[in-house]
Amino acid sequence: MAAVSERETKVWQGKVQSRALVAGDGPPLVFFHGAMGLTWDPFLDALAESFTVYAPEHPGTTPGQPDAIKPIDNLWDLVLSYYEVFDELGLESPAVVGHSFGGMVAAEVAATNPSRVSRLALIDPVGLWRDDTPVKNWMATAPQDLGPLLFADPTGPAAQMMAAPPPDPEAGIQMALRTTWSLACTGKFVWPIPDKGLKKRLHRITAPTLILWGEQDGLVPPVYAGDFENAIPDARVELIAGAGHVPQVEQLEQTATAVKGFLGG
Amino acid sequence: MKISMFHLMPHRELPDDFEERYHSVWVDPPFHELATPERVGDYYNWTLDELMHAANLGFDGICVNEHHQNAYGFMPGPNVMGGALARATRGQDVALVQMGATLPTTNPPIRIAEEYAMLDCISGGRLVAGMPLGTAMDANMGYGITPIEQRERYYEAHDLILKAWQSREPFPYNGKYTQLPMVNLWPRPVQQPHPPVWVPGMGSLSTWEFAAEQGHCYCFLSYFGHARGKAVMDSFWEFMDSKEKELNPYRAGFLQLVAVSETDAQAERDYEQHIKYFFEKCLHIAPEFTPPGHQDYRSLENNLRRMLSQQMSEQQRLSDWSFKDYVDNQYVISGGPESVRDQLEELIKSLRVGNLMLLLQIGSMPHELAMKNIELMATEVLPQIRHHWTDEWENKWWPESLRGGRQMNAEAEVAAVAGGS
Repeated sequence: MAAVSERETKVWQGKVQSRALVAGDGPPLVFFHGAMGLTWDPFLDALAESFTVYAPEHPGTTPGQPDAIKPIDNLWDLVLSYYEVFDELGLESPAVVGHSFGGMVAAEVAATNPSRVSRLALIDPVGLWRDDTPVKNWMATAPQDLGPLLFADPTGPAAQMMAAPPPDPEAGIQMALRTTWSLACTGKFVWPIPDKGLKKRLHRITAPTLILWGEQDGLVPPVYAGDFENAIPDARVELIAGAGHVPQVEQLEQTATAVKGFLGG
Repeated sequence: MKISMFHLMPHRELPDDFEERYHSVWVDPPFHELATPERVGDYYNWTLDELMHAANLGFDGICVNEHHQNAYGFMPGPNVMGGALARATRGQDVALVQMGATLPTTNPPIRIAEEYAMLDCISGGRLVAGMPLGTAMDANMGYGITPIEQRERYYEAHDLILKAWQSREPFPYNGKYTQLPMVNLWPRPVQQPHPPVWVPGMGSLSTWEFAAEQGHCYCFLSYFGHARGKAVMDSFWEFMDSKEKELNPYRAGFLQLVAVSETDAQAERDYEQHIKYFFEKCLHIAPEFTPPGHQDYRSLENNLRRMLSQQMSEQQRLSDWSFKDYVDNQYVISGGPESVRDQLEELIKSLRVGNLMLLLQIGSMPHELAMKNIELMATEVLPQIRHHWTDEWENKWWPESLRGGRQMNAEAEVAAVAGGS
C-alpha cells in the first residue's frame, strides 16, 4: 500500500477548506471520488504505482469541514473552484479520473477549460439523462436496495465489504455521518435529476477520453456509455464484465489495467 | 389558553393491509388504486365541515396545513381550504391558523405573502401565519427542492415575506433564490405590522434559535404525546431562558391527538381502530424519502446518536400496540371527558404551552364520529381548561382582535348552533 499523505487546500477566497489525499510517484493524476465520499482503496494504490495521485475531497465532505459546502452555490462555482485546487496543488494539466458523481465533475472540468486536463478517464459517470432509462435516484434509495444497483454480484466480497458495519458503535456513527453528509454535499449539484446541461458541453472536451462502464451497472445503465462516447470528440468505451456501478472495487485488476494502459502508466 | 382544532385531511379508507401491500403512504402510493376524485371530494368537504363545527362550538382557532403526494394528509393548497374557512367564519371569534403554506416550495415566496394577506383581509384580521419548512417528502421528493438548500431557502423566503408585508415603499429583492425587480404587495394584511407568525418544528435547535431571534411562536408538532414532548419542551424553555426571553407560555404551541367519548370504556370502543390506523398506516413512511441533506449536519449527528438508543425499537413495536398502550404512553389523550380534562391540564402545565392544537379527526375516523369528538371536546372539556394562563400572560402570538375574553361561552354557542339548525 502506498504511503498516503494529506494536503490541505484553501480556495474560493479562503472560504473552502478541503483535503486531498496524495500518494505515489510519476506524472500527476487527479481522482474525483463519487457521491459517498473518498476512500483510499486498492484501486488508488494501483494508480499510485505509476502516477502521483491527487484525490481531492468534494467541498464539505472532508471530516471537520461540513460547512465548506456553503460558499459553493452551484456547479459553475464547483468547477471554477477545482481550477483553484489544481493551482494550489501545482497541477497545470494533469490526467483526470472520475467515478460516478466524480466522473461528472471530471467531465465538467475537462469541458469548461479543456487545457487543464491532458487525458480523461470516466468510470460509470453520471451527468446525462435518458427518459427511456432513467438514472436511479441514489439519494432516495433504501440501503437494502442499493446492493443490486451497485454490484454485479450483490452477495460477492466487494458488496459485503461495503455493507459491513464497523465493529464499534461510535465508528458506525462516524461512518454513517460521513457517508450521509457526502451524499448531501454532492447532492447539491445533481438533485433532483443529475442532468445539469453536461450534454451541451461535452463537445468541448479535447482530452483523449476513456469511458469505462460496469456491464451490470444498475444505477447508471451502460446505455449511457454510448451517449458519452458519441458526445466527446476523442473517446472510446470499454465495458467491464462482472462489474456493476463500482468496477474499480468489483473488478479491480481489469479496471486498474485499463485506466493505467490508457493513461500511459 | 388558545385551543385550536388541527386537521390533516387524511385518506380515511385505506385497505386493511395497506402497510404490507404498499411501500409508503407518502411520495409513491398509487392514487388510482387507492382513491377516486369523487370520494376525495367527500373527504375535503367533511374536513371543512368538521373544522366549521369546531369553529361554531367555540374553539379558538382552526388549523390546516400543506402536504403533497400522500394519503396521510393531502391539502396541497392550504390556502384553498383557508379561503373557504375565512369566508364561512366571517364575524366569528375564531382564528385561521394556517400551519401552513410551506416556504421553500412556494415560488416566488411572495405568493405566500399575498395569499396570507388575502386571508387576513377576508377574515378581518383573524390570520395566524404559520411558516413551515416542509417535510423532506414534500419539499425534496414532491417539489424537487435540493435537500441541503431547503433551510437556507426557508430563511430567505421568510425574510422576503416579512419585508413585503411591512415595507411602505416598493423595493427590489436580490436574494440567492429569489430575485424580483419590484416588490409591491397587494393586498396588505389587516394586522399590523404583520400577522402573528408560528414556526412549526420537530425539536431541532436551529429552529429554536430562529424562533427566538425573530420573536415568533414555536410549535412542537409531535405525534408522540406530551410525556415524550416534555424533554423537548423543557429544553426549549431552558434555551429561551438562556436567551433572556420572557417565558410567556404563548411563545409555544403543541400538537396533541385527542379522542373524547362518553366514558373511558366507550372511548376505547369508539377510537381504537382509528388510532391504530393513524400510527400504522398514516405514518407508514419510507425512510429513504428523507434524502441526505434535509437535516443539517448538527441535527444529523444528533439523530444518528438517538437512533442507536431506544427510539427505533419503540417505533417498531407500534404495530402491536393497543388502545391502552397508546393512552398509557400518552401518545393519544383519550377517554371520558374527565380523563381527557385531567390529562390536558397536566399537559398544559407540564409543557408550559399556551397554544394547543388538537388533532380530533384521527386516521380513519369517520365523519360522524369526528363530529362527536369535536362536540364532546368543545362542550365537556374546553370550558374547563381554557382559563389557563389568561390572567398572567398576554398572547402576543394571536390576532389582536381576538385576544380578549370570548364573546360567547361554549355552551351558549352550542345552544345558538342547535337553535339555528
